[in-house]
Amino acid sequence: MTTTASAPRRGGSSAGIRRGEGLAGWLFTLPIIVILGLFLFIPVLMALWVSFSDWSGRGSPLSSNVSFVGGENYAAITSGGGLAERNFGIALRNNAWYVLLVVPLQTALSLFLAVLVNRAVLRGRGFFRTAFYFPSVTSSVAITVLWLFLFSTTGVINEALSWIGINGPNWFNDPRGILHIALGAGGGSGPEALTSSGFLGITWWEWLAGPSVALTALIFMAVFTTSGTFMLLFLAALQNIGVELNEAAMMDGANAWQRFWLITLPQLRPTLFTVLTLGLIGCWQVFDQIYTGTQGAPGKTTITPAYLSYTSAFTDQQWGIGAAISFILFLIIIVFTIFQRWALRERAVSRRRRRPYQQAVAAAEARKVGAS
Amino acid sequence: MERYTAVRMIGAGALMTTAALILAGCGQGFDGDSGGGATDSGDLTSSDDALTIMIGSSGEAETAAVEDAVAAWSEDSGLDAEVVAATNLSQELAQGFAAGSPPDLFYLSTDQLAGFVDNGSVRAYGDLLDNKDDFYPSLVANFTIDDEFVCAPKDFSTLALIINTTLWADAGLTDADVPTTWDELATVAQTLTTDGRVGLAFGAEYQRVGAFMAEAGGRLVDEAGTEAVADSSENVEALTYVKDHLADGSFAFAADIGAGWGGEAFGKQQAAMVIEGNWITGGLSADYPDVEYTVAELPEGPAGQGTLQFTNCWGMAADSPNQEGALDLVEYLTSTEQQLAFSDAFGPMPSIESAAADWEEANPEFAPFLAGSAYAIGIPTNVGIAEVITDFNAQLESLATGDPQQILQSVQSNLEAVVGG
Repeated sequence: MTTTASAPRRGGSSAGIRRGEGLAGWLFTLPIIVILGLFLFIPVLMALWVSFSDWSGRGSPLSSNVSFVGGENYAAITSGGGLAERNFGIALRNNAWYVLLVVPLQTALSLFLAVLVNRAVLRGRGFFRTAFYFPSVTSSVAITVLWLFLFSTTGVINEALSWIGINGPNWFNDPRGILHIALGAGGGSGPEALTSSGFLGITWWEWLAGPSVALTALIFMAVFTTSGTFMLLFLAALQNIGVELNEAAMMDGANAWQRFWLITLPQLRPTLFTVLTLGLIGCWQVFDQIYTGTQGAPGKTTITPAYLSYTSAFTDQQWGIGAAISFILFLIIIVFTIFQRWALRERAVSRRRRRPYQQAVAAAEARKVGAS
Repeated sequence: MERYTAVRMIGAGALMTTAALILAGCGQGFDGDSGGGATDSGDLTSSDDALTIMIGSSGEAETAAVEDAVAAWSEDSGLDAEVVAATNLSQELAQGFAAGSPPDLFYLSTDQLAGFVDNGSVRAYGDLLDNKDDFYPSLVANFTIDDEFVCAPKDFSTLALIINTTLWADAGLTDADVPTTWDELATVAQTLTTDGRVGLAFGAEYQRVGAFMAEAGGRLVDEAGTEAVADSSENVEALTYVKDHLADGSFAFAADIGAGWGGEAFGKQQAAMVIEGNWITGGLSADYPDVEYTVAELPEGPAGQGTLQFTNCWGMAADSPNQEGALDLVEYLTSTEQQLAFSDAFGPMPSIESAAADWEEANPEFAPFLAGSAYAIGIPTNVGIAEVITDFNAQLESLATGDPQQILQSVQSNLEAVVGG
């Protein structure tokens, strides 16, 4: 499909022998186009329509008695001033904290595990690789149930904490934000400056509450279950890196820490991008843990946009609002991914060293022009 | 170059046309009768089509009982009927309505009722029932929307005070001490509270705490269902009473003592008394058969007796091709005989007054549940109210440190948005 490949065709002389090639191409791709169109493209378009319509869940959303209501559904969740806006604000707040903690933690942990099991000197590498990967192959519903037991008031975690003299919290029933607890203000009210104004129906003070204790338990779970998969990605990337650069750096006197940061990590950049993107998308779409585990409790501190979209549609029959929430979620994911792509883009050299580098390149160019 | 582009254009055009045709096809498929109103009385659809009955079953016993009843009716009437036990009733119902092929009859809860009536999915048929005057008036009121009796109450439950008789006797209390007022309740709860056990536990939700509000004379929405009345002095008094005793440790929310619900706290003897409904009796005999208990009516509050009732009805789909058959089946399923059989099989109370005497005779120890029907109030059914109650429940979880007045004010403003002030 590249331009070089199709270049001869443009001459027109070889058109005879290649006639129908384009048609054959379409024919070969037709099955997948139909399948994707039917099960992905058309449903997405229909959902987009629903988010701009007053469809109430009965009959087809394309029937004549469903009408276009413009941005009404979007307005209800972003500026309505009602419960719908507040719920959406709370869901975004919860999920933002979730992303902020899970993505860096799972990336760091998976990279750490990958480096550990990649070492040639490690005995029983196979065992550790399997062990670390194991949580990822277990169903998330099973892990959620396990987590509910582990983190119950009288569960294993609190029992273990009590051995070191810590009176563990009532994990899945504690709606206090961990930042509020750290500030010694769990449940109390905050300073006037933060409580008097807000965004999306909840005050800045509530935005800054941090994840609730219940959500924190779910954050641990997400890190636990996803690190194995991402470890595998990092491991594959690590094994693709040749030893030459590392050896050269060793000759230059770089220590192990410098070699990791300055030699290994930059070469992992494409994998890092993949892991961060997959992590980000997965985190913004968190649903099954909430659906099977907490269902938004305690105090709505574990509702997420994905779960809210589901309950708005299926329980409250607010289909337009449910669809609008999912499209806003889609936009959020796109924006974050683009930002991340930009932040992790390939640069020839670091900003600090760019000018001397550019001067050197310019000088080389000048020499080349002069020589020819 | 040109041919290449042309082929691409043709391909894209074909794709768009196909997409448009498919979309249009979807549109036409369902258009047919979706204009049919839920509000017209009379003229039910009639055909020989088999009926599908979708239930959200509590377990094997319930599914089997409904299957048997429907099979017996099927034999009498000559119409085929199939019972489907849904794993997620509200989701499967929504899918059925959207696809235009919903089950003919289904369990319909009070919090879903208004939404489905509002979008025209449900056919109102209450006034066509032969036995409509036999249903308890409070249940009929619960299923009446805009002065129209929508669907037949299937059965119901009320809240009562469940007392652990062993712990009761150990604390030196006798039958004469069973609380009949809030003050007495507070006193016995205090007496029963020991290290690692609270006197009274219940869920941190309107569906339990609301009983105190009812006893104080408060409601969320007025009886006509048109005005939000959450922010009242009665409700403040009720929440303050609960808050005070949460603070002194004699009451506790089930979740705060590590139990999933009141029944679990009671079974594990983390609480000597709980406020729960009829369903607790099945749970206790299955999971905690050794716990001895007795059931008492909830004590009187400042405004007299009060409790909450919970009920489902037999919803009928507006798109059902055989509504007459469905109506006949509902009459059969809500008959005295059949309701007593259901009650025997899985525990709920019959929704009709003519079955009361038989039920009480068969279950003398649970009579307080039935007595509650005289003064019970239902969960409001306005469109969008489920969300408001969920929000209220979220705030109730932190009632111990919260301000009752402030909580009720926020509930009031949320309620006004859905029912009007």
